[in-house]
Amino acid sequence: MSGRAWKFKDNISTDEISPGRFVGLRSNLPELAKHTLEDSREDFPLEVREGDFVVAGKNFGMGSSREQAPIIIKMCGVRAVLAQSFARIFYRNAINIGMPAIVCDTTRIDEGDVLELDLSNARVIDTTKSIELKFPRMSKTMEAILKEGGLLPYVEKYGDLLLA
Amino acid sequence: MSGKTLAEKIIQSHTGAGSVSAGEVVIVKVDYTFSHDAAGPLLINQVNKLKAGSMDTAKDKTIFFIDHAVPSPTKELSNDQATVRNYAMNNGMVLSDAGNGICHQVMAEDYSAPGDLIVGTDSHTCTSGGLGAFATGMGATDIAVAMKLRKTWLRVPETMKVNLTGHSPRGVFAKDLILKVLSMLGADGATYKSLEFEGSAIDELDVYGRLTLTNMAVEAGAKTGIIASDQRTRQYLKEFGREDQWKEIRADSDAIYESEITLNTSELEPQVALPSSPDNVKPISEVKDVKVNEVFIGSCTNTRIEDMRVVAKIFKDRQKAKGLKLIVTPSSQKVYIRCIKEGIVETLMNAGAIVTPAGCGVCFGALGGIPADNDVIFSSSNRNFPGRTGNPKAQTYLGSPATAAATAIRGYVADPREFL
Repeated sequence: MSGRAWKFKDNISTDEISPGRFVGLRSNLPELAKHTLEDSREDFPLEVREGDFVVAGKNFGMGSSREQAPIIIKMCGVRAVLAQSFARIFYRNAINIGMPAIVCDTTRIDEGDVLELDLSNARVIDTTKSIELKFPRMSKTMEAILKEGGLLPYVEKYGDLLLA
Repeated sequence: MSGKTLAEKIIQSHTGAGSVSAGEVVIVKVDYTFSHDAAGPLLINQVNKLKAGSMDTAKDKTIFFIDHAVPSPTKELSNDQATVRNYAMNNGMVLSDAGNGICHQVMAEDYSAPGDLIVGTDSHTCTSGGLGAFATGMGATDIAVAMKLRKTWLRVPETMKVNLTGHSPRGVFAKDLILKVLSMLGADGATYKSLEFEGSAIDELDVYGRLTLTNMAVEAGAKTGIIASDQRTRQYLKEFGREDQWKEIRADSDAIYESEITLNTSELEPQVALPSSPDNVKPISEVKDVKVNEVFIGSCTNTRIEDMRVVAKIFKDRQKAKGLKLIVTPSSQKVYIRCIKEGIVETLMNAGAIVTPAGCGVCFGALGGIPADNDVIFSSSNRNFPGRTGNPKAQTYLGSPATAAATAIRGYVADPREFL
């Protein structure tokens, strides 16, 4: 399955992903998702399609611990967020809800490039450029949580919180 | 065996195993878990979905705060707050209701103690590090698991030592120190790490100021900020009737630090973060001719009683600039009551301030004080990201409560030292 790259700059905060002024929509996630990242790119929530990728620079998701930030990105149909680096709480939240957050060299990807994610071989394929971006494997525990689809299914599987 | 940092020591004491060191992934027992109105409904949803564990094991250490938008400005937020309030009341957990104060301030007043391991659904949970606790923020799903299983998993962080040497000069407060540190580290300069603050400027700083430092550790990406517990910590706990919860905790002299930075505070002047990042910092002498439409003195970063006393001193017999909006939000009901008793509220009102109930207020951008298009806000809060205060067409500057007060009087970003 392939999707298009939506490029974002460094240091995108959770206030830009899910602005605090829409806090009243946090119990109405489909409505909140209509504002995903709109302060950075107005066109994003209007035109993003199932399977697309958010492709960012350094420190994506800095700031607040609001889990709605990765949730609404995922609800927009985004396959994965690729970034040079992530803020720690966003990264943890993304994996906890079963959305891949991938650290790779996003400087080689341009806006609109068609991408494929190959998790089992730890690589992103940019089919527009015919290049392959390898990425380091995430920690064993993170990988196990993501494989089960998130933290809740992971805990339910073992009936407890265990390290992978 | 080598010595341990503060983070390693506290984590180690919560694993039930032997020695732990930076880089290891461990399961830890948690002491306090908390959530609030902005994350609570999602958290309760996750708690209800999760079959493992039980919410009955530590009800007195499971706290729900209503603080992010108080009093509620919309029916949607009222419904969310009702969800959180009813859940806590019906299940016998601790409820800190609207008006009681910001979660981090109330944690520091009534709950957090040296050596505790605390997790909450808010990135500024690290504030309690100022009392010598290991405290870190996570998302709703992580905290739902922590509430029901009374444990979480984490990677033992590497520690960066932040030496604050010298003696802070007049007009230079904890907020100025942390802004300067953030400018040295950058917005991701401490990602995943523990920032351990020490040095003569810390020894001289009371817990009120220490909480300001640790509060903003997350603005450098840190997992937590932490300060050794000493006699000042004991004095602070005594003030809140909790002296029995005091214990000394400090890093071993041979602890291994991943890196170290030093800042001589004697040479500092007040610092200002320019739009739109807390690490975009300049000394006040380089911030000239910035006209300000709104000043906010509030948030979990500042507006403890010590801050309010400084602010009142500056506003004594002075007025805010004409046409400027001045909003002051005490961080807790306890602070608010002391402000009333000490005449601070009257001084503020005489200066032209709106004094609001305790809560997150303007910082979170969800109720009163949302700026107009093209407004410039000067705020004592922790973040000035685009859109943070509720209007992406406004710009926010950050500084100490004293600098905010001086700015409100002048109508331009102003140096507080001329008023102190």
